[in-house]
Amino acid sequence: MSFEYKVTGGDFTHAGYASSQVKKMLKQLGVDSTIIKRVVVCLYEAEVNIVAHAYDGVINIVLDADNIFMKLTDNGPGIADIEMAMQKGYSTASPEVREMGFGAGMGLPNISANADRFIITSEPGRGTSLEITINLSGTVA
Amino acid sequence: MENGFFHHALTIREDICTGCSLCMRVCPTGALRIRDGKARLIEDRCVDCGECFRSCPVNAIIIEQDDFSRIFDYKYRVALVPAVLHGQFRHEVSMSEISAVLRSLGFTWVYEVEHGAEILKPAIDDLMNVRTLPRPLISSYCPAVVRLIQVRFPALIRNLATVKAPLEMAAFYCRRVLRDRGAHNAEIGVFYVTPCAAKIAAVKSPVGEESTPISGVINMDFIYNRINRTLRNKGELPLGDDHAYSVDPDTLVWSLTNGEASCVNGRTLAIDGINNVTEFLEQLENDEITGVDYLELRACDEGCAGGVLLSSNRFLVAERLRNKARNLKPGARAADNDDFPDIEAYHDYLMNKVKINDEIKPRSMYRLSGDRDEAMRMMKRSRRLMCWLPGTDCGLCGTPSCQALAEDIVRRRGDISQCVFIRESNMEKDLMDRQRSNEIMRKIWGDNNFTKNCNKKGAENESN
Repeated sequence: MSFEYKVTGGDFTHAGYASSQVKKMLKQLGVDSTIIKRVVVCLYEAEVNIVAHAYDGVINIVLDADNIFMKLTDNGPGIADIEMAMQKGYSTASPEVREMGFGAGMGLPNISANADRFIITSEPGRGTSLEITINLSGTVA
Repeated sequence: MENGFFHHALTIREDICTGCSLCMRVCPTGALRIRDGKARLIEDRCVDCGECFRSCPVNAIIIEQDDFSRIFDYKYRVALVPAVLHGQFRHEVSMSEISAVLRSLGFTWVYEVEHGAEILKPAIDDLMNVRTLPRPLISSYCPAVVRLIQVRFPALIRNLATVKAPLEMAAFYCRRVLRDRGAHNAEIGVFYVTPCAAKIAAVKSPVGEESTPISGVINMDFIYNRINRTLRNKGELPLGDDHAYSVDPDTLVWSLTNGEASCVNGRTLAIDGINNVTEFLEQLENDEITGVDYLELRACDEGCAGGVLLSSNRFLVAERLRNKARNLKPGARAADNDDFPDIEAYHDYLMNKVKINDEIKPRSMYRLSGDRDEAMRMMKRSRRLMCWLPGTDCGLCGTPSCQALAEDIVRRRGDISQCVFIRESNMEKDLMDRQRSNEIMRKIWGDNNFTKNCNKKGAENESN
């Protein structure tokens, strides 16, 4: 099954919708709650990254009985130094975003820690793409 | 591990139910359906919150209670009374008057449930000091919330504070005091005057516990009516009783919104109303909420002051109780007399009993099948069905939403032809005749809803 959710940059009010939908589906499948939590953490962090940094983006989700694959593609500033962005606590979030409680860094490393497979590609000035795969019956990453 | 049903205190009386579907529309877990013109409960989804009871316009939903005469099966008859009972009466009605009425009904000892909270305060503090426990800890006080977490938010079970409720602590205390004075356990009957259905269900089948120190429950509306009648014929009231209210002011309001949270250290939050609680838990489960140490969650608006078995306005009850608490001097307890040794004297004994020992188990209501591949097939099918269902959530199919119907169908509990939109389309294409469509409608809503009835609520000759 595949699903697509659009994300609007700057719209924190509606961030989290995709995570909630995905969470419900995983509960229906009877996926272990610790795995659901890892999926939701990854998806929510990645979604908020788009809201905080990009103009708009799209979440594509492919779900089967064994795996969930989530691809988040955005049109945005991109990440100049991915290695730096992958470090804990590193953030380029604006002061307004931080004031809302977002932008504390940790986003990308947190996704990486919770995903079974994580690929990030970025083109400065164009956008960023994240591919996250989590095994739904597997053990902790 | 997820099989077996909850005990439910709520029962639908089929002879009274008119199948109006109001309950189905308010149920926060989608546990109700309409069939044959009657509301039906899907038991493993119900969390005993009582929203259906509140919404029923014809009082067709009843809350079981023990026969009052059962108290006389015991030599020592303890009434465990929550403070919200007192909050229902005018300011000038004293707590000792109310207790006197309860004694005149046959109880030998009236004890306030909130005393039990005095033991809980240090017990919760202890839990809060355990750094390895997840944050926020979630209060396990409200049984409807605990059950909501079991069926809808199983990932949050580990956040539940594993301490018993003030009720259990008070009951253990009463039993111990009476035993210390020579009573046998079998001679002691401890009866709880309950403000809601969830507490009854919790007493009858405690979550994560095997046995309960409580012998039975008496519904608060029953006691309220008895007290009111006695107060109105005041001549009969044995006044001047030795009983004085002796709970600490801050524990007196424990059952009200923020009553518990305000006694816990750290960043605490109090949320009341089952839909507010659900919304918050949804966000918490998504990890969207961080930095909160303790959550007090109550299914009822205004906490237990909004319990479904209360007869007075919840805001007045809360306000009166807060006033009573303000007028109590902190630490000024009634002098210890024979009836009332301080619960603190039993601190060590009760602290040994305060932990919930058994595991609180998930009972996910969402899981479509125990077999992952089968669940996947069912989910796909349910989503295909959603392509056809209108998404209006009109409820005419007898389920609360299109999505609920789609899931009922894949669980073999429903049929696509229950949908009036599907039937209309099929009739348009000559795939179904009008008579068949009408039969289906009657199967859901019963024949009564198709006949003229001038006695119904709001009709020409309304009569109940």
